[in-house]
Amino acid sequence: MNAPHAWEAGRLDVAIRKSFAANTSGAAALTLDAEFAVPPGFTILFGPSGSGKTTLLDCIAGLQTPGAGRIAIAGDTLFDSSRRINLPPNRRSVGYLLQSLALFPHMTVRQNVHYGLRELSHAGRELRSREILESFRIAALASRRPSELSGGERQRVALARTLVLRPRALLLDEPLTALDARVKSQIVDDLRSWNEQQRIPILYVTHQREEVFALGERVLALDRGRIVAEGSPHDVLQRPQLESVAQLAGFENVFDCSFVADHPEQGTMTCRIAGSNVDVEVPLTRIDRSRPLRIGTRAGDILLAAAAPTGLSARNVLPGTIESMEQRHVMVIVNVNAGARFEVHITPAARESLQLREGSRVWLVVKTYSCQVWQGSSG
Amino acid sequence: MILQALALTLRLAGTVSVILLLLGTPLAYWLAFSARRWKFFVEALVSLPMVLPPTVLGFYLLVALGPLSPVGRRYQAITGHTLAFTFAGLVIGSIVYSLPFAVQPIMTSFASVDRKLLDASALLGASRWRTFWRILLPLALPGVLTGFVLSFAHTLGEFGVVLMIGGNIPGATRTISILIFDQVETLDYVAANRTALLLLALCFALLAALYALRRHATWNLWEWR
Repeated sequence: MNAPHAWEAGRLDVAIRKSFAANTSGAAALTLDAEFAVPPGFTILFGPSGSGKTTLLDCIAGLQTPGAGRIAIAGDTLFDSSRRINLPPNRRSVGYLLQSLALFPHMTVRQNVHYGLRELSHAGRELRSREILESFRIAALASRRPSELSGGERQRVALARTLVLRPRALLLDEPLTALDARVKSQIVDDLRSWNEQQRIPILYVTHQREEVFALGERVLALDRGRIVAEGSPHDVLQRPQLESVAQLAGFENVFDCSFVADHPEQGTMTCRIAGSNVDVEVPLTRIDRSRPLRIGTRAGDILLAAAAPTGLSARNVLPGTIESMEQRHVMVIVNVNAGARFEVHITPAARESLQLREGSRVWLVVKTYSCQVWQGSSG
Repeated sequence: MILQALALTLRLAGTVSVILLLLGTPLAYWLAFSARRWKFFVEALVSLPMVLPPTVLGFYLLVALGPLSPVGRRYQAITGHTLAFTFAGLVIGSIVYSLPFAVQPIMTSFASVDRKLLDASALLGASRWRTFWRILLPLALPGVLTGFVLSFAHTLGEFGVVLMIGGNIPGATRTISILIFDQVETLDYVAANRTALLLLALCFALLAALYALRRHATWNLWEWR
């Protein structure tokens, strides 16, 4: 990593390699090979399960040892295989919130928060912990045990316990996944305002697309152990350049296609979904037309009509039949066979007013510009 | 006579269980956390006294403690007498004999503590030593307590090893179980019954206390810290 001024920004630099053989508990072989920098502020590390996110955090915190590479904060080396430097986790000053939080069950909230402050005097410890308990609004819980706390409260205690030590970087492993949106955004707001003074790099791991948009200033996309994209949430998720990112980004409908025709004057091209006679008009894209293509569209971007629609601007109107419907929370997932199988998301109210049921005849309306085109994998 | 045997037995069991607590805890820690390939070898060795007849163990201990072994010879050269047929010899024999009863429960309870808590401790800057005292030991306390009490109770009731390496010397090696054997051999069934009943009641009370205590003794015992 040749960034001579890296240390000035207090940023976290990571360049590591680590290989894992497939193991008996079912995990596939994985080679982690990632190089990136995390500047002060929020950075989202986004990737599907099994992409190596937790392993990456474990390596940064020192719980696992990379095969090779270098990890540094503000220019101070934590790990360097070429110089045989490998600080143990208790000497790295990296705050790491494990997914399980790992609050000590036999200690009160206060004792949990005091745990890392062993070198301070009693008064100093009280002062520091009171400060952090107030920043995270948990001062009233100080004498409770973790078993007496709600999910959001535990989260706050775990954050306070880590941040009271004033770490030089903070790693969060999907800590808020289980919380509802309101509690989550309150905690994130408190974390943000805490970090306005501290200005440390915060690396936040998630596999949820909504969290990326809600939290991210900057996103790193990890897939099969590699950083495959980085940028703003919009850059990384809305206009994915790589198929792996697209799949993460929630394209429920992804089809292998072959090229049929270009319509340069329209700015579109026609593709045929493999194994069907369904033609789809998609945006004209500079890709190799002789190689396999893939198109993706989101289930929420497809319109469902109970009668053949007319007078539409959309170029793709596909007749089909409902194969199955399943309600999940306030969303109905409809599987439609239109020569190829499409997943469509509608509201329960729409299902009622259109009187949709399994076997109903429907028309799918897919806007050209809601389709994304990539080069498919050859072979 | 019975009081002398009882005092000796309690002294033996107390000494052995305290030594086993100090010796077995680090051993159990190593067995629970080491990634060594040859760990299974040590595990098997520790468990061996559970399956071997006390006579086999007693025989080899007798040989090892006596003048036939280098250790026994060295001891005899220094102290002027052999380790066999002494209280110290009994302590050594009982430590070997009760080792698995101390190590197994402690090891199991160490292994059942959530590793993430140990990781979290290290991430908060704690050394392994601090993690052991503040996190692992309090959370594994019921298992440690079980190991301590079981090794005590098991030593109370041992017979074969004591007979092989201790013989039957009043005040030095005649424990309660030996006394009972003695009383039966001389056909004094009334005395044998009294002694046997005493040992039975003692062991039962001890185990009942252990299980009652275990239900409450999680980390609450650590509250005073």
